[in-house]
Amino acid sequence: MKKLLMSVAVGAAVVLAAGAASAQTTTLNQVKARGTLQCGSNTGLAGFGLPDAQGVWAGLDVDLCRAMSAAIFNDPTKVKFVPLSSKDRFTALQSGEVDVLVRNTTWTMSRDTSLGLEFGPVNYYDGQGFMVRKKLKIASAMELSGASVCTQQGTTTELNLADFFRANKLKYEVVTFATSDETIKAYDAGRCDAFTTDASGLYSERLRLTAPDDHIVLPEIISKEPLGPATRHGDNQWFDIVKWTHYAMLTAEELGVTKANVDEMMKSTNPDVKRLLGTEGKFGEAIGLPNDWGYRIIKHVGNYGESFERNVGMGSRLKVARGVNALWTKGGLQYAPPIR
Amino acid sequence: MSSVDARTSGAQGVGVEKPRVAFWNDPEKRGYIFQAVLFAAVIYFFWAAFDNARDNLVKQKIASGFGFWNNTAGFDIGQRLIPYETTSTYGQAFWVGLTNTLLVAVVGIVLATFLGFIIGVARLSKNWLVQKLATIYVEAIRNTPLLLQLLFWYNAVLKALPEVKESVAIPGGSFLNTRGLFVPEPVFAANFSWVLYTLLAGLVGYVSYGRWARLKQEKTGEQSPVLKVGFGLVILFPLAVYFLAGQPLSFNYPDLGRFNIRGGVQVYPEFVALVVGLTIYTAAFIAEAVRAGIQAVSKGQTEAAYALGLRPGPTLDLVVIPQAMRVIIPPLTSNYLNLTKNSSLAVAIGYPDLVQVFTGTVLNQTGQAVEVVVITMAVYLTISLTTSMFMNWYNARKALIER
Ligand SMILES: N[C@@H](CCC(=O)N[C@@H](CS)C(=O)NCC(=O)O)C(=O)O
Repeated sequence: MKKLLMSVAVGAAVVLAAGAASAQTTTLNQVKARGTLQCGSNTGLAGFGLPDAQGVWAGLDVDLCRAMSAAIFNDPTKVKFVPLSSKDRFTALQSGEVDVLVRNTTWTMSRDTSLGLEFGPVNYYDGQGFMVRKKLKIASAMELSGASVCTQQGTTTELNLADFFRANKLKYEVVTFATSDETIKAYDAGRCDAFTTDASGLYSERLRLTAPDDHIVLPEIISKEPLGPATRHGDNQWFDIVKWTHYAMLTAEELGVTKANVDEMMKSTNPDVKRLLGTEGKFGEAIGLPNDWGYRIIKHVGNYGESFERNVGMGSRLKVARGVNALWTKGGLQYAPPIR
Repeated sequence: MSSVDARTSGAQGVGVEKPRVAFWNDPEKRGYIFQAVLFAAVIYFFWAAFDNARDNLVKQKIASGFGFWNNTAGFDIGQRLIPYETTSTYGQAFWVGLTNTLLVAVVGIVLATFLGFIIGVARLSKNWLVQKLATIYVEAIRNTPLLLQLLFWYNAVLKALPEVKESVAIPGGSFLNTRGLFVPEPVFAANFSWVLYTLLAGLVGYVSYGRWARLKQEKTGEQSPVLKVGFGLVILFPLAVYFLAGQPLSFNYPDLGRFNIRGGVQVYPEFVALVVGLTIYTAAFIAEAVRAGIQAVSKGQTEAAYALGLRPGPTLDLVVIPQAMRVIIPPLTSNYLNLTKNSSLAVAIGYPDLVQVFTGTVLNQTGQAVEVVVITMAVYLTISLTTSMFMNWYNARKALIER
């Protein structure tokens, strides 16, 4: 019932709100007036968005919001993280409860075109996988015929799962939960033989199991999950800010600008670096921000590579390899258009 | 003022003509005008809300309308009472969710009524232990959140169940494991319809006989062997036909596979946990209603019945309960409604009820929050009104008919 009420409230917001993205007030102005950025986050997913014991949020997705806050306020802490379950996230964004949604959200055509959303650049290329107990002695997802699978509601996961079993003519039983807590608990309690979500999520959720070492991730990746930030349709300036915040972090990595050396780099004569950090050109102005927006992002948050290693890479508990998320110059897919 | 005078004078029958007053001074006409204005305001409010919503949705490029109903759903649902697969439509998913909600509501209401009556009577028991246990039950259950109780039952159920490979075989061909309870599935041959017809005929016969016996008793005081005749008509008669028709019923037994059990009927742990949780919770409230109802029947009624020579059993049956029912039924109705609405907490334990399937997955996959929420609210409203109507009808029947 509580969920229903929540939906009603959100529905009412859609009904009564005088158009959240109305023409006069841009999202940027609203954020500036409010003094904080409202960022739709995970309810808790290690590596992407999770508050620590002190309530300080950390993660790859969290860093993108912090970078936006740094660019706007010159302060990465002016963010209010709003934890959203997968099924509530789009309604929260549509109704204006959050300014931007950065919550391992897959960019799909239907979400892009019928939810009134705009998807920014992909900040993590992922794909869906399965986790099972080691003692089942299974080596491939193709052996899952007849298995029961726990998954989270309102996700692409739910759909890919159905597609995979249908395409391979395998039988299965799905048990769907509304939150990630409930899903992983039910799997841990033995309700399901397999747990499925984005591969990144598997590594992260595995850490929450009572005995993580008793479980393995199967090799099959059954889908494409380009995860990225989403904003409301119709506010192009705001959309630009989201896009170029990520691109600034990528460009910095490409140019070797880091949190540690950014002050040094202000003296750089490399024109690419100068444009990124705002010592040349007026690129900030073009998106409604001060010209040192790039400097602020790197100074407070660091470049993409730093954020990746710290949150999901070798410097984290997840130990995910860069893989396809390496820069294009290193054989990966992360590629930023030039700042010029 | 003047109109009041007019009425009083009219009432005195003096036959004075009603004085003409301006319509805004006539309370009756004024009343109509206020009603009309209010009605128009309400209509306008809803129209404006609707129009505004449509406008905003279009402006924000959010899909709207009910076209999604026939689109392919593309997701699966675990427990389903009606045919459904990945390629079915959102509309079919809606029906799966609705039937699952109704199943939980009906089973929960029946069980909660039984348990509630037992506990309610136990609270008035003369046995100290029974009475205290019933009191503890009611107080503990009524005063803890239902959501916690559901999570407790779900986890308790799951923890207690063995893995599939270690399934417990229950005599009679059933299995129990973390996937739920697997019972043999009845397979009916064509001849089975004869058994059903006889059963139906037997029931009709039994009811008519019971009515006849009651009338006879009221007239002559003679009692008839209603139970014996009923047993013959409803049980022996169909059983005989069953054997004559060549036993047209067989069972499809569940069978242990690698991961799961094949065949049979599966009773999901989510369903069990939800029914158990709702039953135990609602029974506590029903028990209180029952206790209050029984206590509302004055002691003199019981004493009078004893004085007439009725034994305690018939006294409860014929004197106390019929009078108590009048007090019990209204709160019982609201408890039934609560149980139905509370069943939407199913989302927390993964039971695919209407809210889980429709306002959960369908809303999210289509993004059409307004439509989906409106439909869901209409459904709950319909279920609740239907339940109320039925209970009101039942209440009217049970109302004291004085002779
Ligand atoms: N990428 C998928 C799945 C995203 C998703 O919600 N994944 C779950 C499972 S890893 C999750 O993030 N749960 C954590 C949470 O709810 O905070 C999508 O966009 O639909």
